[in-house]
Amino acid sequence: MNELLALIVAKYNFWLYIILMMIGLYAMIAKNNLMKKLVGMNIFQTAIILFYVSIGYKHGATLPIIQGGHGTHDAVIHAADYINPLPHVLMLTAIVVSVATFGVAMALCVKIYQRYQTLEEDELRIRLSEK
Amino acid sequence: MNNMPAIIVLAPLLGAFFSGLAAWIQKPLSYYIALAATAVSSVAAVGVFKQVLTAGTWQYRMAGWAPPMGIELRIDLLNAMVLVLVSGIAFVNLVASVKNVDQEIPDRAPSFYVMYQLFVVGLLGVTATGDLFNLYVLIEITSLTSYTMIALGDKDRSPLAALNYIFIGVIGASFYLLGVGYLYITTGSLNMADVAILLKDIQGSTAVLTAFILCILGVWIKMALFPLHVWLPNAYAYAPVGFARVVAPLMTKVMVYVMVRLMVTVFGLEYIFNTLNLADIVVWLGVIAILAGAFMALLQTDLKKMLTYIIVCEIGYMVGGAWLGNSLGMAGAILHILNDALMTFALFLAVGNIIYMRQQVAFSNLQGLFGAMPWTMAGFVLAGLSIIGVPPTCGFFSKWYLVLGAFEAGAYHFAAALIISSLVCAVLFFKVFEICFFEPMAESHGHHGTAAMAEAPVSMLAALGLVSAAIIGAGVYAGTIVNTVILPFLH
Repeated sequence: MNELLALIVAKYNFWLYIILMMIGLYAMIAKNNLMKKLVGMNIFQTAIILFYVSIGYKHGATLPIIQGGHGTHDAVIHAADYINPLPHVLMLTAIVVSVATFGVAMALCVKIYQRYQTLEEDELRIRLSEK
Repeated sequence: MNNMPAIIVLAPLLGAFFSGLAAWIQKPLSYYIALAATAVSSVAAVGVFKQVLTAGTWQYRMAGWAPPMGIELRIDLLNAMVLVLVSGIAFVNLVASVKNVDQEIPDRAPSFYVMYQLFVVGLLGVTATGDLFNLYVLIEITSLTSYTMIALGDKDRSPLAALNYIFIGVIGASFYLLGVGYLYITTGSLNMADVAILLKDIQGSTAVLTAFILCILGVWIKMALFPLHVWLPNAYAYAPVGFARVVAPLMTKVMVYVMVRLMVTVFGLEYIFNTLNLADIVVWLGVIAILAGAFMALLQTDLKKMLTYIIVCEIGYMVGGAWLGNSLGMAGAILHILNDALMTFALFLAVGNIIYMRQQVAFSNLQGLFGAMPWTMAGFVLAGLSIIGVPPTCGFFSKWYLVLGAFEAGAYHFAAALIISSLVCAVLFFKVFEICFFEPMAESHGHHGTAAMAEAPVSMLAALGLVSAAIIGAGVYAGTIVNTVILPFLH
C-alpha cells in the first residue's frame, strides 16, 4: 500500500492530468447542454496542456535565461540548471489551437440557438426529427 | 527551384490571404486567386515528385535551420505521391465547384474560397512535414477549416453535425498530442527521423507503448475507423457539395497516410509487428469496419449518405491492409489511398453535378438520370464499377494486392470481408443504376418517356472526365506505380 502511495505521490502531475482529462471527457459524454459539453472539451484540452507544462519542469532549476550570458559568451552552460523551455513553447501553439476550436464551437452554438431556441440535446433531437 | 517543397504549402497559404483581400475589391477575384494558388501548388508538387523519383528523399530545411532544432519538410516517394494527389484534386475540384458554390452559398463565396485554401494548406502540410508537433498543428488547421465549411451547408442540420464533429475531432487530436508528449519524454526530439533512430534502443519501454497507442488511436478517430466513425456520415452529407467533394476523398485518406507514416517511419514495422502483438486485433477491427460500413450503406436512401458509409467501409480496407504485416498488404493499402481518393472524388463529382441540376440526391429523386445526364452518369458508372472492383479500373488492383496480402498473412477472414463488401457494393450501385435507368419519371415532373437532356455545365463534366481517365490510368499503370513508387518506399 505504501509503495502504491509513493508511486502516486512521486508522479502526481500525471495523476492530476488524467483526473482532469476524465472530468472533461465525462462532461462531453454525459452532459445534455451543448455549452456544458464545450466546457468539458476545454477542460480536456487544458489537461493536456498541464501535462506538457509539467514535463518541462526540473527540481532546483531556474528560468531558461542564461545567467551572466551578457558579454561573457564563453560561460559554461549546464542544461540541468534550466527548466526545459520547449514544451512550454509548444503549448503556446496548442493554446492558440484550443482557443480557436472553442471559438468556432461557440459560434456554432450561437447558430444552433438562433435556429432552434435551445441548446439542450434531447430537445434538439426532437426538433430535428420533426423536420 | 530549390524551394519547391515550401512553395507547395506556401502557395495556397498566401492565396488564402490575398483571396480575402481581393474580395473587398471584387468578389470573383477571390476565385481566380484560389485557382492560381492551387495550380501553382500542383505544378510544384509534380516537380517535387519528379525530383524525388530520380534523386531520392528530399530533406528541405525551413529557413536553413538544420534538424533537430529546425523544422524539416521530408519528402520521400510516399508523400511525394500523396502531395500530387492532394494538390491535383484540390485544383480540379475548384474548377468544377465554382457553379455549385454560386448556387448554394452565393453571398459567402469569398470566405468559402479562403477557407478552402487554408484546408488545402493543412492537408499539404500534414503530408509534407517531418516534424511530429507540426503534424498536430496542421491537422488542427485542416480540422478547423472543415468545421467551418461543414457548417456552411444544409441550414437545418449542418451546424449540429459540425459541432458533433468538433467534439470528436478534438478528442482525436488531443490523443495524438498526448502521444507526442510521451514520445518527447522518452526521446527528447520531435523530428520524425530523429525519433525513429532514438526509439530503436528503448523498444521495451511502457512510455513508448503508451505513445504508440495514443497516437494511433487519435489518428483512427480522425480517419473514422468503424466504432469511431459516428461523426463522419452527417458531417460529410450535410456539407456544401463544393466542400464535400474535396473533404470526402482527401481528409480520411491523408489520415491513413499519417497512420502509415507513423507505422513505417516513426515507430518502425519491426516494433509494431514483432514487439507488440496487436496486429491480429487490428485486422479484425478492419474486417468489422468493412462489413459494418457496407451494410450500413445498404440501409441508406440518400445517395450522399450512402457514399459516406462506403468511405467508412474503404477505411477498413486500408487499416486492415496496413496491419496485415507483409509488404503486399502494405502496398495494397498505400495503393488504395491513391485509388480510393480518385474513386470517391469521381463519385462525389457526379453527385455534385446531379445536385446542381436537381437539388437533391435522395433515391426517390434520381429517375431518368441516364437520359437527362448521360455524361455524368457515365462517369458515375465508371467510378461505381471501380469501387466494386471491376478489372480495368483502379479499384480492382488495390483489392488484388490486399487479397494477396491477406492470403500471405493467413488472414482469410480479411479476404472474405473484402469479397463480401465488393458484392454488397455491387448490390448498392446496381440499385442506384436501376433507379436511374429503368424507373419512369414521376408524374409530377411532367415528362414522359424520354426525358429532355439537362446536362451539367462543361467545366463540371470536364473535371469528371479527367478524373475518370485518371481512374482508368491508375488501373492500367497500377503495376508501374507499385514497382516504382510503393515497393522502393517500403524497402
